[in-house]
Amino acid sequence: MFEILGIPSSALFGQLLIGLINGSFYALLSLGLAVIFGMLNIINFSHGAQYMLGAFAAYLLLQYSGLGYWPALVIAPLLVGATGVIVERLFLQWLYKLDHLYGLLLTFGLALIIEGVARNYFGSAGLPYIVPESLQGGRNLGFMFLPNYRAWVIVASLTICISTWFVIERTRLGAYLRAATENPTLVRAFGINVPRMITLTYGFGVALAAFAGVMAAPIYNVSPQMGSELIIVVFAVVVIGGMGSILGAIVTGFGLGVIEGMTKVFFPEASNTVIFVIMAIVLLVRPAGLFGRRG
Amino acid sequence: MRKILGLATLVVASACGGANAQQVTVKVGVLSDMSSLYSDIGGAGSVAAAKLAIADFTKANPNVKVELISGDHQNKPDIGLQLANQWYDVEKVDLIIDTPNSGVALAVSQTSNAKNKVFVVSGAAASDLTGPKCNANTVHWTYDTWMLANGTGKALVKTGGDTWFFLTSDYAFGHALERDTMAAVEKNGGKVLGKVRHPLNTNDFSSFLLQAQASKAKIIGLANAGGDTINAIKAGAEFGIVKGGQKFAGLLVFASDVNALGLQTAQGLTLTETWYWDMNDANRAWTKRWQAERGAPGKFPTMVQAGVYSGLTHYLKSVVALKSATDGKAVVAQMKKTPTDDALFGKGSIRVDGRKLHPAYLLEVKAPSESKYPGDFYKLRATIPADEAFRPLKDGNCPMATG
Repeated sequence: MFEILGIPSSALFGQLLIGLINGSFYALLSLGLAVIFGMLNIINFSHGAQYMLGAFAAYLLLQYSGLGYWPALVIAPLLVGATGVIVERLFLQWLYKLDHLYGLLLTFGLALIIEGVARNYFGSAGLPYIVPESLQGGRNLGFMFLPNYRAWVIVASLTICISTWFVIERTRLGAYLRAATENPTLVRAFGINVPRMITLTYGFGVALAAFAGVMAAPIYNVSPQMGSELIIVVFAVVVIGGMGSILGAIVTGFGLGVIEGMTKVFFPEASNTVIFVIMAIVLLVRPAGLFGRRG
Repeated sequence: MRKILGLATLVVASACGGANAQQVTVKVGVLSDMSSLYSDIGGAGSVAAAKLAIADFTKANPNVKVELISGDHQNKPDIGLQLANQWYDVEKVDLIIDTPNSGVALAVSQTSNAKNKVFVVSGAAASDLTGPKCNANTVHWTYDTWMLANGTGKALVKTGGDTWFFLTSDYAFGHALERDTMAAVEKNGGKVLGKVRHPLNTNDFSSFLLQAQASKAKIIGLANAGGDTINAIKAGAEFGIVKGGQKFAGLLVFASDVNALGLQTAQGLTLTETWYWDMNDANRAWTKRWQAERGAPGKFPTMVQAGVYSGLTHYLKSVVALKSATDGKAVVAQMKKTPTDDALFGKGSIRVDGRKLHPAYLLEVKAPSESKYPGDFYKLRATIPADEAFRPLKDGNCPMATG
């Protein structure tokens, strides 16, 4: 077995793969943020709390109605997405014409409230959730042991990311959406219900966060603060990719996961910082982000 | 980001007799993490434990009046210190108790000494509190890093776990725990094969676990706490660490963490605690009362919360013996002079350096099939007697012990 920079190549391949898995979560979460920012111009700071709600919904579904992981993967995003629709109707729709800052502050406040309520009811230590039976175990790839669940995470995340990108960039519905962001009045003139489309888009973005939450429940600690720990990193991913760029969010999500994974091998102490170092450099060199449009 | 909880003030009035010449008034402050990662270990549960201690004590001693306040240090030493100073100077608090987070506890310990008040630590872990940083106003009650390291480290090496790999939280607490455990492992003939220092609040441990797996160490020592420990063990279950013949040693695991993991994931984990709710009838009875007071029937008290009850009870006894709470040093001296005895920790004593001595228990998390009811977490592997559980006085470098 050969070595790269003093690390056996087998270990390095393992770390690459793990980086991709973590990148899947970054990509899923930043995708939701990018959709919401791109279509609604809202910086959705409650994304982390909605991710947490997804995981909690999965736990509650299992606890109180005996519905396991697979039904939860569909039901939890729908439920949390529905709360997103309510939030959009009640609060966000009044803010589109104002500065970004208002949306940010509103969603940040919402995140604090949601987390506070969850902590009050469930405590801070966390809730148990185990890997579904059909995905337990794993296979030996020769250079590492790959748990089946992690393989599923990559597949599911890639599928969701690519289909979202496809819908928004390549279909008629996506074209309407993009047009509605550019010029809502004109799109309305074609008989399209723009406000409802925007509401559903926010609901969809929130549902994506909840989906990531359900995906995370079996492998990460399900606690009220699980979202706020992750959301800062995810925002960094979105900024690096270019605010509102869907392709940017996906590519940087996976890419930064891999870079972070490599840091964990060579200099583990810096693994939480490396993404922010990259963000600072990108902002200096390309302020609009790697895939962002200037404007 | 964390809200500052308002100071909840509660007056536990004594029996309604008229003012009495013998009346003693004491004011107690529970300084804890009320809103963040340690709030299940201490927090509102510690306040509930303090209320129970006060209720029990004033029932037996109606001439004592105890006031209780509580506050949130938000895990920031500067906020904790400011709150402690305000309590001592303005609120006229006599005793501060609990205080998880070693950084905050070390700061409060110093100010308690300077202002001649009393500080009973239940929640913080750093053994420095009774080591180089010891003082005549601080008592360290429930547990410390040395005891955790020695309990779990020694026991595992003796039962064949002689090669170790550490996953260490990269700050003072993690380093102290790693240092103390390495010493215990090596002293008992074990070997440390490697270690990784990870940042606090790491979400994904899989790459560190791959490194631990590659090291072929028999034991993976988790020198971290709370969410980090939970994430590491969850990922370990998934990556087949335990099935592959390696074992986790949780160096700081509380009952609340085991609850969060679920027995399916946590089974087989070895850990050390000084108090477990299901150990005997007295603990079980107290747990029922605590759950009622806390308003949380599904929660189980941690050793930290039990320590608040036990420590506060002993403090109040000493105040009554002196008939005054004003001189902190005198109260602590009295606390050290009198043997401790309460329903939860039984008989014990407090050493000259401020270390409370009691037995420690080496526990193993049950498999789901062995657990009969909610909260049935552990089986007892060994009891470590009080004189072996804690660091010997001479090794602590406490100036008060060396004279």
